[in-house]
Amino acid sequence: MAALSSTSSPSDFHDGMRRSLPLALSVAAFGLVWGTLAGQAGLSPAESVLMSALVFAGAAQFVVLPLWNAAAALPLFAIVAATLAVNLRFVLMSATMLPLFQRERPRWPWAKAFLISDENWALASADLARGRGSVGLLLGSGVVIYASWVASCALGRFAGALIGEPARWGLDFAFTASFLALLAGMWTGRGNALPWATAAGAALLAQALLPGAWYIVVGGVCGSLVGAWTSADDEPEARAGRAAAGPPEERSVPPSADMSQRDRRTAR
Amino acid sequence: MRTEAVLAILAMAGVTWSLRAGGLALARRLRQQGAAARALRQMPACVMAALVAPAVAQGGPAEALAAAATIAAMAVTRSLPVAMAIGVAAVVAGRQWLA
Repeated sequence: MAALSSTSSPSDFHDGMRRSLPLALSVAAFGLVWGTLAGQAGLSPAESVLMSALVFAGAAQFVVLPLWNAAAALPLFAIVAATLAVNLRFVLMSATMLPLFQRERPRWPWAKAFLISDENWALASADLARGRGSVGLLLGSGVVIYASWVASCALGRFAGALIGEPARWGLDFAFTASFLALLAGMWTGRGNALPWATAAGAALLAQALLPGAWYIVVGGVCGSLVGAWTSADDEPEARAGRAAAGPPEERSVPPSADMSQRDRRTAR
Repeated sequence: MRTEAVLAILAMAGVTWSLRAGGLALARRLRQQGAAARALRQMPACVMAALVAPAVAQGGPAEALAAAATIAAMAVTRSLPVAMAIGVAAVVAGRQWLA
């Protein structure tokens, strides 16, 4: 029965664990730095580990460190507001994972959403763009990223001073490299150029004009809107295909359909 | 651990998890067809582009070279670990010789 109601299998989970290993290395480099800085900001080891384990969001954890004052009262409102602004991107990210969740209807989707982070979301998105991807892949890679994040934050908190500057090893570029590589892998043809360039341009503009991490949401939304507008000609067929598929769990585009669509686009 | 610190951490955790779960709930409410669905399909790549654009634009020649090397490596090998390794190696080399 489980096999009928779900397309995620244990092998998807393992596949996710295996394929996220290079991403976990890049996450660990950031975790080491964060742990080191957390110590300097006055977080106790227990507080550092608790934050990494419960919040599990690197960018937000970096942003609140300057607000953390071990001696005086914590500015709770500022901490929550900063967290909200930096992590707003998760709304967009998990929204794009809905096709997987609708196809497989896993138990406790809300709880499983906890494991959606930048790296494993990007991995699952790259698969989804090829008509593949699964909740199992998302969670398998999520578990590895989570373990890597919490362990490296703890290690950084206890032994950060011994490690030194990650920039010397080029590890500060690992995050950018992983996202550029996954993005390059999602290229399906010239139709991508305008939305992606819009996203990048709007992000740069928003970063110059707006505080915090709004640029991610602004860039993502502007690019997608342009993409929704320019991809209009492709849609009637795809839409008809999905409508014909009927129930939501079968609604996603099968790999073969996605392939032919891509071939058409590149041929043009 | 100070109570105050635990409270702040719990608040951060609650906000962050709500955003992760809220995205699923929000997408369920969007129409599954038409412009909203098309926009949502374009969203992953656009969020990725928005995330990396400042890092590349504000980097020096070493970062620009490494970004190009990463994309080229991915186009040729289709392998994430290989592309990442080449990107990181290129940024180290670039900082050594271009700076």
